[in-house]
Amino acid sequence: MKVWKYGDDINTDMLFPGKYTYSCGTAEEIIPHLFEDLDPDFSKAVSSGDLLFVGKNFGCGSSREQPVLGLRAVGVAAIIGKGFARIFYRAAINQGLVLVECPEAVDAYEPGDKVSFDLEGGTVKVGDGVFTFPRLPPEILAIRDAGGLLPYTIDKLREGR
Amino acid sequence: MGKTFAEKVLARKSGQEDVIPGQIVIVRPDHLLTHDNTAAIIGKIGAELREFGVARKEMPVIVLDHVTPAASEKTATNHKNIREFVDRYGIANFYDVGTGICHQVVMEKGHAKPASIIVGSDSHTCSYGALGVFSTGIDRTEAAALLLRGETWLRVPETIKVELKGRFQPGVTAKDLVLTIIGDIGADGASYQAVEFHGNVAALSIEDRITVANMGIEMGAKVAVFPVDRLTRDYLESVGVSESDYDALWADPDANYIRVLEYDLAAIEPVLAFPHTVDNVKPLAEGNGLVFQQLLLGTCTNGRLGDLETAADILDGHSVAPGIRLLVLPASRQIFDQALEKGVIARLSRAGAVILPPGCGPCLGAHQGVLAPGERCLSTANRNFKGRMGCKAAEIYLASAATVAATAVAGTLSDPREL
Ligand code: SF4
Repeated sequence: MKVWKYGDDINTDMLFPGKYTYSCGTAEEIIPHLFEDLDPDFSKAVSSGDLLFVGKNFGCGSSREQPVLGLRAVGVAAIIGKGFARIFYRAAINQGLVLVECPEAVDAYEPGDKVSFDLEGGTVKVGDGVFTFPRLPPEILAIRDAGGLLPYTIDKLREGR
Repeated sequence: MGKTFAEKVLARKSGQEDVIPGQIVIVRPDHLLTHDNTAAIIGKIGAELREFGVARKEMPVIVLDHVTPAASEKTATNHKNIREFVDRYGIANFYDVGTGICHQVVMEKGHAKPASIIVGSDSHTCSYGALGVFSTGIDRTEAAALLLRGETWLRVPETIKVELKGRFQPGVTAKDLVLTIIGDIGADGASYQAVEFHGNVAALSIEDRITVANMGIEMGAKVAVFPVDRLTRDYLESVGVSESDYDALWADPDANYIRVLEYDLAAIEPVLAFPHTVDNVKPLAEGNGLVFQQLLLGTCTNGRLGDLETAADILDGHSVAPGIRLLVLPASRQIFDQALEKGVIARLSRAGAVILPPGCGPCLGAHQGVLAPGERCLSTANRNFKGRMGCKAAEIYLASAATVAATAVAGTLSDPREL
């Protein structure tokens, strides 16, 4: 497992350039361009189970779910951030990508620290420190448990029959 | 305890007596806006659409604007798929290539009614806050789920109150105001929150309010909203929405705010957002001597008739300076037609501007004015992110229409107050 760290106000154009938004739709098309203008090494070296530590307002800018789809597809386990822009946050919930808002953990992280997190318990461990984060409301957990918003919606439509 | 605008709308629309910030409510939005990305949205749910159909045919508003006319076989095929979807499911509100930028079209065609809820798979959906609408951006997956089911969840936001007083000096515009606010509170200064504008909002025209609300997302806001007054009612009347069509809402005087900001419009100065973040805002003087290869006048932020007229007034009797390409992008066909009739397009063209068809054009870097490495663009758009106009080795600066026009004449960054 690798840990990737990025700073504040990383916008969606850096995560996935706008010029590809109408030419790349599937995960296979998205992945090569993931973080292209932020960190060209990322898409080549990222692997399943990796964690990201990010600064405040991560994912600001355009409504662009492609980076979320891409991060899900490469198997990023969670993004631990000081804060997330709201459309990005919603997109992550809707795709079942785990976002954890925990500024203290981001500040504490130094390259090489051992990191783990417990989503149910609401804690992140960084080196010797243990940090807590608020649990998500039940309405949101229901979407995640269904595997994302589309499966959740389709379940509800079937129930309504 | 009084209630904010957001608390009132979300209570009414979720059928509850009372809601509080942080609470999750389930609502049925009045409209769902999608644009060229409709192709990707319906692509996610082909089988489900055949099984369940579209929840409400009058809910979607679809506008082709982002890469129009199509720039490639891929974008042309997307447009074709969208037209077929519209026909097959009897989507009532569809606007094809050339009608204009989605946000302008939603308002112009009378879809944005005060105290309604509009969600859109585009971050600048917050623009309709100018007309007292609770409007906000969502992602494509959520748009797909809404097409099928017609309802979604929203978290009741906390609210920031912005109290305005005074009037702008000549040469200073609403764009300078909103950039100043973003510079002060930062790109995440209103994250997850609503922003209400109070006080002397009468000093701002409807066009001004749209510019300000449009950039709400650049401070992280969920909604950025103005009260409904005489100007709003007149504008709505002009687009065919009469007072009996809506029941406006506004905050109580004793509502609870997380933060209160005050701005004296008379003290606002022309400003510039430097690369590569919208909150990197500095007084115009700090950009003295900057040379630009491209200028963009237009987009959903500043592509309205008033912006084009302001620029034409400044350019009259002059030519665009050598070495500069001035691109003009009217926000809609209606604006384009009005500007044609008033002679504004002729004045801009005679001065050397390149007139582009109504739509998003170069704003998202897909076509029509992509930048080259090392080039600099001064734009009236809402974003200056690295790579935004198709090249990560180019620089984008943001300013008002007046500043862009003054710079077109002078050849280097220029203060519209000094003309
Ligand atoms: S003009 Fe630019 S910011 Fe506005 S909707 Fe089009 S691409 Fe988005």
